[in-house]
Amino acid sequence: MLTAVGFATVYTALRSQISGGSLGYAVFFFGLYLVAHVVARITVPLADPYLLPMAALLTAIGVTEIYRLGPSNAFRQGLWIVIGVAVFAATLFSLRHDYRVLERYKYVFGVTAIFLLFLPLAPGIGEEINGSRLWVHVGSLQFQPGELGKIALVVFLAAYLREKREVLAQGRLKDWGPLLVIWGGAMLVLFATDDLGSALLYYGIFVAMLYVATARLSFVAGALGLFLVGAYAVSQGTPHVRDRVTNWLSPWTVHKIYCPTNGLHELRQNCQSYQEVQSLYSIGHGGFGGTGFGHGIFTGTTGRQVIPDLNTDFIYSALAQELGLVGVAALLLLYMAFVVRGFQIALSATDGFSKLLAAGLSFGFAFQTFVIVGGITRVIPLTGITLPFVSYGGSSVVANFLLVAGLMLISNRANREPSAA
Amino acid sequence: MNKQLRHICVFALVLLAVLIGATTYWQTWAEADLADRRDNSVSLIQRLTVDRGKILAADGTVLATNRRSRKHGLTIYTRHYPQNDLAPQVVGYATNAGTTTGLEQSLDDYLTGANTNLSNTFKQELDRLGGQTVRGDNVYLTLRPDIQRLALDELDGRCGAVVVLDAKTGAVVAMASSPTYNANLVNQPRGYAKIGRIKGTCGAASALQNNATVGLYPPGSTFKMVTAAAALDSGAFTPSSRFVDPGYCTEYGKRVYNSSAPDSPGGHEVFGNVSFAQGFENSINSVFCNVGLHIGGLKILDYAKRFGFYSVPPLETPPSESNASGLYNKGHLFTPKSNTQIDSGRLAFGQERMLVTPLQMALVGATIANKGVVPKPYLVQKVVAADGSTATRTRPQTLGRAIKPETAAELNQMMQLVVQGGTAASVGFPPDLKVAGKTGTAELGLGDVYDSWFVCFAPADNPRYVVAVVVEKQPNGFGASVAAPIAKTILEKLLHG
Repeated sequence: MLTAVGFATVYTALRSQISGGSLGYAVFFFGLYLVAHVVARITVPLADPYLLPMAALLTAIGVTEIYRLGPSNAFRQGLWIVIGVAVFAATLFSLRHDYRVLERYKYVFGVTAIFLLFLPLAPGIGEEINGSRLWVHVGSLQFQPGELGKIALVVFLAAYLREKREVLAQGRLKDWGPLLVIWGGAMLVLFATDDLGSALLYYGIFVAMLYVATARLSFVAGALGLFLVGAYAVSQGTPHVRDRVTNWLSPWTVHKIYCPTNGLHELRQNCQSYQEVQSLYSIGHGGFGGTGFGHGIFTGTTGRQVIPDLNTDFIYSALAQELGLVGVAALLLLYMAFVVRGFQIALSATDGFSKLLAAGLSFGFAFQTFVIVGGITRVIPLTGITLPFVSYGGSSVVANFLLVAGLMLISNRANREPSAA
Repeated sequence: MNKQLRHICVFALVLLAVLIGATTYWQTWAEADLADRRDNSVSLIQRLTVDRGKILAADGTVLATNRRSRKHGLTIYTRHYPQNDLAPQVVGYATNAGTTTGLEQSLDDYLTGANTNLSNTFKQELDRLGGQTVRGDNVYLTLRPDIQRLALDELDGRCGAVVVLDAKTGAVVAMASSPTYNANLVNQPRGYAKIGRIKGTCGAASALQNNATVGLYPPGSTFKMVTAAAALDSGAFTPSSRFVDPGYCTEYGKRVYNSSAPDSPGGHEVFGNVSFAQGFENSINSVFCNVGLHIGGLKILDYAKRFGFYSVPPLETPPSESNASGLYNKGHLFTPKSNTQIDSGRLAFGQERMLVTPLQMALVGATIANKGVVPKPYLVQKVVAADGSTATRTRPQTLGRAIKPETAAELNQMMQLVVQGGTAASVGFPPDLKVAGKTGTAELGLGDVYDSWFVCFAPADNPRYVVAVVVEKQPNGFGASVAAPIAKTILEKLLHG
């Protein structure tokens, strides 16, 4: 309860700083989290008390920046947060006795993960945005099913690996079947949707959980090798993926090159790598202390936004400009704290399924942050994926609230049965 | 399983720590590089939102200011030059697209308030966080708009330049480059094309170029000031050294004739038995040719370097907008290693491959006026912060001693003779101005078309101003007939008011 109050103070301060008129928003969200908190206290009284406030703080930072970039999007994001909290409450309520029933339906989750991944390819509802097919359109509702697929995949892997970890460690080939299917699936998705980000995320979670389950580094090395080979082969066949790598290695050119988007000769920073480069300028402009909330430069004299997709994939560069190094370092430390709590839950859990589940969810959370922020800061090639809790996007919000619900259920159970791990 | 969990946890934390490292790199180490990139939209927009400092003349006349407009919620400042064509080559311009030239470029840090100074930075940071407009510092120049305008009027569209220096401090009182252009054109559509069509009477000049600092002209007889300085200061000659002028000097077995004089025998001036001072007064080429052959070209160049030749004169304008004076070979500055590489006789009277800027010649005049010490020229008088406090004030400096005070006094005397009874006697300088000067009529190999020069200072006994004038490609453009009258008008205005 104390943490909830602490969080509320920060949150209110953040909200009122940007505009006094949005105080109503602040009160509403505070009320919403109070409800979520009460639900959590009732359903999972022994759960980790830090996760929900941390998630709430991240969401608050995100919705504040989204509000600053475009108030209408903030309203929609707010609606998604309401749905997210509802899903969170429903999950806690329905699985409060024993979430381990999920283990029984592992293949359902496996198939669901694959199905969700391929959903954007379905004719009629799938939609291509920025060269990647990762959206599903139903009516006016846009949805990235890959976000939910992530949770399903972790549940499947946790159950499967718990069951097969001893035999897998022996290295018998026939037990590898389902895992190879996952690898093939990720590659196929990558090839079919050009969604490098999700493929990387899924595969990263898979390798990490495989390591936790089998303790065999050779598996990790083999899996990484297979991924690199597969990714290289795919990048040769798909210009979209190849471009991303080129933009990563040399975003600036001295000489003009052919620009496929307008058919003219341009410098690469004015063509394919425009978004990456302008995002770096945005980050650089923030400097150490940032420009302050509301004072960052995001729109040009023509009224157009300098960086496309600023409130989704590139929200980190907006935050980096306005909050500066101090602010985003604090943000990343918050992510680290969340990850540490997640792994502590995994350590304290008493059964293999719970351990693997908590580890998968925590690592997925960390790795997703790494994939998008690393892409923006040129640590790895840029791939479009959302920043957990902060980016604009309903599927992302709902999926991450599910993730928190999962971790809280596990920690509740672990604390209920304190015994040898 | 717990061991692996710990490993993966550490790995995940390392990944996130790498992100902090990468962000630190972009926001600290790489920040300046990123900000300077031409395609950086963020800094481009930021520039437009800065209330750039004004540039003002010595009397407070506004040379550059801003016009404010609002576009899509952004307050944008566009540069405006109220004096239009008064000094665009010196002040330069700053376009909305981010291009800068002249002082607008070199003083950008002051004008945008980006100059680093702890209290300043702190205050700006507060302003920025408070959402207030960043206001740059105002820059006061040493230019006098009345003199600048007079110089432009006198040049009257002819190609050339006028440089007026404060003889004691080196402050630039006027720096006019002709042809000139309206600096407000740069922010207008097709403005550059319009500027490109301005050619002046010489037909080839670029109005954008600052002829006073970039323009390289053959100095003609004005270079005799440098030769005479070398001859006297080295002790090789005195003003009373005797010469016999047959109308030519012999170099490499061939005759190098004096200036043409249709009424003399052989078509060239012949002075006969003269002193060195008379040789200077009448600008006799044969006398200087023999001086040059005696002391050698390297010695003359050695003295030229003391006056600042062979290096770009220090001025607040961007170094790329200034040229060094000296011998030029195929477009590059050429430093001979021995006297055999140069024609010492012709160099002595300002021919050879010697090319000079008007600013450099003004500095030669200023050095003689200043008793042998080269003053450091400057354009910026002071920088005043937006809150009214003075950020910097220029204190006059020198670039060292070029010649002994006695040599300077002798040269001063000889230059007074030029005005009183020599080549500039016909100009009619009022005697009370006490002008000391030297004419120059540089042959261009184009027949009777010359670059016309005059370098002078006044009053000779206590010099206050130095004026250097060059007018390009003038038919029968003798120094005394074209350039000196311009200097006269300017000095009258300066000293008589």
